[in-house]
Amino acid sequence: MSIKGWYSPAAVPAIFVVNKMTNREQLQREIAELLLSQKLGVLATQSSEGSAYASLIAFAATDDLQKIVFATPKATRKFANIKHNPKVSLLIDDRSNNEKDFHDAQAITVMGVVDRIDDDASQSELASLYLSKHPYLEDFLRSPSTAFIIISVRSYYLVSRFQEVMELHIRDANDIPAL
Amino acid sequence: MRTTYLLSEISRDSKVFGGKATALKRLQEAGLRLPATLCISTEAYKQFVSGSSMQEKIQLELHRKKFSDMRWEEIWDAALRIRNLFLRQDLPEKLAREIGWAVEEHFSENPVVVRSSAPEEDAAATSFAGLHESFVNIRSTGPILEHVKLVWASLWSDRALLYRQELDLDFARSSMAVVVQELISGEVSGITFSINPADASEGVVEAVYGLNQGLVDGEVEPDRWVFHRKEETIKEHYTPRREKFMAPRGDDVILTGLPENKSLQPPLSPKEAAAIYRKAKQIENVFSKPQDVEWTRLGSDLFILQSRPVTARQDGDKDDKRGWYLSLQRSEDNLKKLRLKIEQVHLPAMKSEAAELAATDLETLPDKELAGELEHRQQVKEKWTAVYWEDFIPFAHGMRLFGKFYNDTVSPADPFEFVELLSNVPLLSKNRNKALRKIGAYVQQHPDLQQAIAAGGGSNITDVEFTRQMKEFISLYGDPFCGTYSDRTCDASRSELLNVIVQMARSSTTQEESRIGQETDKADLEAAFFARFTEGAKRARAESLLDLARASYRLRDDDNIVLGRVEEQFFRALQEGRRRLQENHVEGAADLDDSEVIRSLVDRNYKPGSKKQKKTPSGQDNRYMKARQLLGQPAGPGIGRGRARVIDSAKDLALFKKGEVLVCDAVDPNMTFVVPLAAGVVERRGGMLIHGAIIAREYGIACVTGVPDAAALIHTGDEVTVDGYLGIVTVGQKDSAVAL
Repeated sequence: MSIKGWYSPAAVPAIFVVNKMTNREQLQREIAELLLSQKLGVLATQSSEGSAYASLIAFAATDDLQKIVFATPKATRKFANIKHNPKVSLLIDDRSNNEKDFHDAQAITVMGVVDRIDDDASQSELASLYLSKHPYLEDFLRSPSTAFIIISVRSYYLVSRFQEVMELHIRDANDIPAL
Repeated sequence: MRTTYLLSEISRDSKVFGGKATALKRLQEAGLRLPATLCISTEAYKQFVSGSSMQEKIQLELHRKKFSDMRWEEIWDAALRIRNLFLRQDLPEKLAREIGWAVEEHFSENPVVVRSSAPEEDAAATSFAGLHESFVNIRSTGPILEHVKLVWASLWSDRALLYRQELDLDFARSSMAVVVQELISGEVSGITFSINPADASEGVVEAVYGLNQGLVDGEVEPDRWVFHRKEETIKEHYTPRREKFMAPRGDDVILTGLPENKSLQPPLSPKEAAAIYRKAKQIENVFSKPQDVEWTRLGSDLFILQSRPVTARQDGDKDDKRGWYLSLQRSEDNLKKLRLKIEQVHLPAMKSEAAELAATDLETLPDKELAGELEHRQQVKEKWTAVYWEDFIPFAHGMRLFGKFYNDTVSPADPFEFVELLSNVPLLSKNRNKALRKIGAYVQQHPDLQQAIAAGGGSNITDVEFTRQMKEFISLYGDPFCGTYSDRTCDASRSELLNVIVQMARSSTTQEESRIGQETDKADLEAAFFARFTEGAKRARAESLLDLARASYRLRDDDNIVLGRVEEQFFRALQEGRRRLQENHVEGAADLDDSEVIRSLVDRNYKPGSKKQKKTPSGQDNRYMKARQLLGQPAGPGIGRGRARVIDSAKDLALFKKGEVLVCDAVDPNMTFVVPLAAGVVERRGGMLIHGAIIAREYGIACVTGVPDAAALIHTGDEVTVDGYLGIVTVGQKDSAVAL
């Protein structure tokens, strides 16, 4: 090899110097931290006519990043859409609505499938998780007219530094059972 | 809010007026003689950067990757882009009016010095000396305002950026004040250290004829008086060869020959030197801290230009290459000398040494002599590698010097427009590729030859003309496959070279031809650039800088190729040694390094230690992780799409197919011959002016450099889009198959 750059020690070809971002745990940690730091996200669903539909929701994610949960009244468009097509997407970000967002903000696009809808959420562990994050939503969650939605996440796309995109695939699409 | 003040009006708040201005304020209060001074507060900087979204543009530039991942070339590139942002952004009208009026009122058409006054500068721990810029001999409002912007921009200069991180200076809160001073055309100028940074029992006075610009830049060697600090008496006087001095001329400051009577006489008498030293001690008392004082003397008047605390020299540890990096910033004079040395001494010597080594028939040498030869070649290789760092890399600064000059003159929309002007002669790489293509064309016409190559190449080819052509090629350019990767023998790699030749023959030459059409654009650009100089002397300077930059551009390619030839000779000897050890059934001989090979050749009974396990990237962790969009630097405009070929060994290079995207750690000089076949180039090593980027631009191929872990995150066979406009590499096209 010829002359190397400064930062690569001569003994180890730089090709093998894998920095932290290439480490899956690191990526997982960054995603988990962002999900924990945010209370709200934008949910995208699809109507029976094929239109895209976006709504703001209060969510919670499991530590292993496998599930994301939220609650919705059953008489809503998003609920009808999910019934029609369980494939959903979520956008969760830490923007502050300042200029600095352009270099500083991170966003996650989540792709997933709703694999369970609980009518009675009172006993489930996921419901406790949800309420520990959003204690003020207890009455809302317990209401008979509310559905508790559980999304199985297929993949996360983490966007940082304005344009850098890293993907984390949680499981194969084939593993997700039909609704 | 008001931004521009007389020195007498300002407060001592260095956050608002910076270290330099507040120090001047204290000197004025102590009754010292100063040039007329205006202070522009950090408020002006803030109005400028916030009113134009500059703050976020700067942040975006600096956050493309982790700062610690940036190589110095990338830091320089980022600094150039930021500097250009400042040049192209007009001052808000109100601000321009306020500063303009004050300048007009106090200086009219008199020449001034525009100096940085950074808020961090006064802190004794942070020696920013020389990191920010000052401009001497600027006249009238328009140019003064332009140079105020350049001083602001120097907050983000490569030098400043390099030291910011360690000094823990927050990017977001950084700000800059400016001092505008009347230019005193002193007859004698200098710098006084009330305490010698190297010896606390001493003080130092340095003096030169003319302005002290020459002393600060290191262009003029000063007379140096070392004082007993306590007694304030002269301990020693060092006399330099006094040849030149700095003087204002027109709107420039130039180095001029010293008249003979002055060159024989020190600029100060011992008595005068002592008076000046005592003045520095007096100033030390003002600040209650040892000071480094810049001064100039006109007639009998001594003017103090600035004063700052003496800081310990920051040599850093030996791994800290920033000192070396700062030494890369050479003056035009220095670079011109370097050019002569490289063109007339180094390159011819390197070539003849490589040729001399090539003449030795390694196979006939007895083992011990071969060991000696290998050792010798290792030394030769090391010698030239040292020269490469010492002289070749610093000479690359010729391009940067011109780039800055071009941008100051033209303020182009693209801060790297100047690169277009740099290539006016064919690079060695391009000549080599042309020669390969010619051989390829010959092979194309001879089907039997193609069959022989396809059947395994090398030894069974009998075509005389072909053999002659190959021999000629290798004697001119060396074997690009030999020496690049030590895991292959040179002969085995011959067939791989042949495969590439066949590929090249099949590839069309349209890409190269399309570049010829662009030559006219280049000529227009060059004409437009020179049209900006009306005055003969200035045009001559522009021509000389461009000439220097072109030499620098060309030599960055040529030196790599020639160094590659020296390395090749080392590897040939190494491989011959390994071959013999293998014949003698030495275990693992093919992987031994040179020292082990030498020992084994000399001592038949020596058993080389088992080879350390080769490090391999572990794929397991990445099982669920995938890069989608990677950020780097837009080093060659264009969009290229194709399957990735990650270059890890010579084998990968030999498998390279036309239309693939070349992904590598760094484009090695011995790799450039596949560049014309590539749809795009992606490199981990960053920079707009590095070898790989230069070659990609020559062929008009999309190129993104400085992608951290490019070769680990992208895999051979991945569908990759290289966006050479934005510096983005997108991996996987299935879900975005839109024509670009």
